[in-house]
Amino acid sequence: MHLELGIIKIKDVQFGEEAVIKDGVLYVNKNELIALALQDDRLSEADVELARPGEEVRIIPVKDVIEPRVKVSGSGELFPGVIGKMETVGSGRTNVLRGAAIVTVGQIIGFQEGLIDMSGPGSQYSPFSQTNNVALILHPIDGLNPYAHEQAVRLAGLRAAAYLGKACKDMAPDELEVYELSAVTDTTLPRIAYVYPMLSEGLLHDTYLYGADVKKILPTLIHPNEVMDGAIVSGNCVSACDKHTTYHHLNNPVIKELYRRHGRDLNFIGVVTTSENITMAEKERAADHASKLVKFIGAEGAIITEEGFGNPDTDLMMLCKRTEAYGVKTVMITDEYAGRDGSSQSLADAVPQADAVVSVGNANEVIILPTMKHIIGDLKPAEVIAGGFVGCVTAGGGLNVEIQSIMGATCQLGFGKLTARGY
Amino acid sequence: MVHVATIVPISLTVGANRIVPAVAIPYPLGNPELPKDEERNLRLNLVKKALRALQTKVEEQTVFEK
Amino acid sequence: MAEKKYRVVHYLNQFFAQIGGEAEANIPPLIKEGAVGPGIPLQQSLGEGGKIVATMVCGDTYFAENIETAVEKVVEFVSPYKPDVFVAGPAFTAGRYGIACGASCAAVSKKLGIPVVTAMYEENPALDLYRKEVYIIPSANSVRGMREIIPKMAGFVRKLGLGQEIGFPQEDGYFPRGIRVNQFVGRTGAERAIDMLLFKLRGEPFQTEYSMPTFERIPAGPPIKDLRSATIALVTSGGIVPWGNPDRVEAASASKFAEYNISEVDDLTADAYQTCHGGYDPVYANDDPDRVLPLDAMRVLEKDGTIGKLHDLYYVTVGNATSVANSQKFGKAIAEKLKAADVDGVILTST
Repeated sequence: MHLELGIIKIKDVQFGEEAVIKDGVLYVNKNELIALALQDDRLSEADVELARPGEEVRIIPVKDVIEPRVKVSGSGELFPGVIGKMETVGSGRTNVLRGAAIVTVGQIIGFQEGLIDMSGPGSQYSPFSQTNNVALILHPIDGLNPYAHEQAVRLAGLRAAAYLGKACKDMAPDELEVYELSAVTDTTLPRIAYVYPMLSEGLLHDTYLYGADVKKILPTLIHPNEVMDGAIVSGNCVSACDKHTTYHHLNNPVIKELYRRHGRDLNFIGVVTTSENITMAEKERAADHASKLVKFIGAEGAIITEEGFGNPDTDLMMLCKRTEAYGVKTVMITDEYAGRDGSSQSLADAVPQADAVVSVGNANEVIILPTMKHIIGDLKPAEVIAGGFVGCVTAGGGLNVEIQSIMGATCQLGFGKLTARGY
Repeated sequence: MVHVATIVPISLTVGANRIVPAVAIPYPLGNPELPKDEERNLRLNLVKKALRALQTKVEEQTVFEK
Repeated sequence: MAEKKYRVVHYLNQFFAQIGGEAEANIPPLIKEGAVGPGIPLQQSLGEGGKIVATMVCGDTYFAENIETAVEKVVEFVSPYKPDVFVAGPAFTAGRYGIACGASCAAVSKKLGIPVVTAMYEENPALDLYRKEVYIIPSANSVRGMREIIPKMAGFVRKLGLGQEIGFPQEDGYFPRGIRVNQFVGRTGAERAIDMLLFKLRGEPFQTEYSMPTFERIPAGPPIKDLRSATIALVTSGGIVPWGNPDRVEAASASKFAEYNISEVDDLTADAYQTCHGGYDPVYANDDPDRVLPLDAMRVLEKDGTIGKLHDLYYVTVGNATSVANSQKFGKAIAEKLKAADVDGVILTST
């Protein structure tokens, strides 16, 4: 599979007559976006607001973040099996509006969303303080069941991203990134697989692979390019700090880094996707199957990431133990829940084989976020989202929350530069 | 005390000495796929197993599978 | 340039303060001017900058038997000297002395806000009690290690006295306190992971960013002898609360547990109860909360005589990112209440 990503750099976003990019500015027509969202009659109201890096704006409660992209050539469509037709993706050319993002906002159930601060101390903890955000604020019709509500909002976000992505279909990109797992002739280069677990535990805790509910499928092999065209879509919201947004899946940093070093000091041989399920038997089945696939494709080493925390720590440890038992060396990436004082036990599970761990930080660290001039969405949910608590909103509208509430703060794909150290 | 929980490895790491494996994370003592009376029966049997565990002498951490 | 001057108070037990041996272990707290015993080589090591202005002394037995009073006296006697640093020991393997050093340091740090440090051998029982709150330097396992430990203690005291930042345990030579602190570094987690994997594959040394913990084992309680007359209580970490979550138990990182009376309830229903736990799909628990807190089953078993009684109260918290420290606090408090109510057994359910 040979994929080119045509990068169009976006440095600003503005409202305009039509969806178009001029001199690095993405123009969006508010009414078009609203009409697009309301095509789904499960949504009663939609609004659009813009948020740019450096502005004193807080977006809350955030459900998902998606990067606008478009297939220019090659088989399939963006987000195949979900809003795009069901066909294998990952080849040809895909254009990317780099520096732009769709952010879906609006209360789902109340405790599963997060926040993004476009400036101030909170901005360091989220990659989405650096993107030019088109916030879609969506409301469901009365009495809509939560599954339908979640799906309606998810699809609206993806459609908006695909719609804006189309605006750059015929543009010449600023940069071209080429992704191909070229044959590696140097047999001394270690063969590395990437094991990619995704949360799949029910409402607001689900992920979709080519539209398949990940909890219903066995671990499988995919080509890394497939994620770049949206083969993996997020349906989960919790916690904000360590859920993989669709944006994170599209821009998976482990895949990016393995690609960068492919042929130089390693041989990137493939990606094994797996699930994080709600019963022990399913967890065992997934860990067994995924580790067997890793061995089957001839990996000597594997990177294992995690989504979520708590019971998924058990998935992580099972994957590590079984993969190491096959003689494949592993490194895992995980965040920690070491309590606000940093002295509690960080993980819910442990195995002695987990001797190589990258930590992306303690999610319980409390941060004091200042009052923002403007809120996109609603500040009140801060009290009920994971990482928030009653009384965390100060009189002036500032927030005392755990970084757990910030979108992507401790993303276990290793997207950011946060870590925790032992003292 | 007896811990009724689905993710037995975590129950073991936190040090529970009497553990009864539960059905699933969102419904440890239930199963929405069963008709109501069967589900109630399932729950009753799990609770009975938990009570049996409370009456059992244990020296080490023990998982009550059967 | 001459080093900035700082004041130090040193804590010793009756033996090292040259008052006496075991027979004098009962002496109550007292304070002496200047350096005493090992304080003298310590002073030498500190050189011009640090001055041991006083030495706090207490008998090991007195301390062990009157910890609260002893610690109060330490704070009271040390305070007027206005030290910049408080240093205790070294205690080597002496357990009571180790506790006295640890507790004195903890109190001075907490009550007076003064930086503290002590030293002891790794198997001293006081280590695990105080390592989180107090810097503890590893020493040898006997007084033969005095010559070696004094300059190490002096080095640490100097750093504290000059207000210098204390680095990692490995760098600055103290027992890891088990505290995780967030930091931004130069490379992403993904980059660091791939680096680490390549080192591991090449058999080269690498440093894990998190070491797997060993878990505490708790001795098992005795079995219930007579279930038919036993009172059983229900406790859950699954967040089942009365509808509306009246006590606002948090969806994650719970700061509290709640207690509810179910003496008049035979069955948890969707209109009266709900889950407030944000870490699992709530639909099934909201539909029938008995799926997480099996009240209906317990009533059946109470009615048919299998158990003597279902306790009138149940306890709930949310086990979603809730810290171990808080969980331990809740567990202790709930256990105390259940014990006071003569409950014989507990069924704890988790999601």
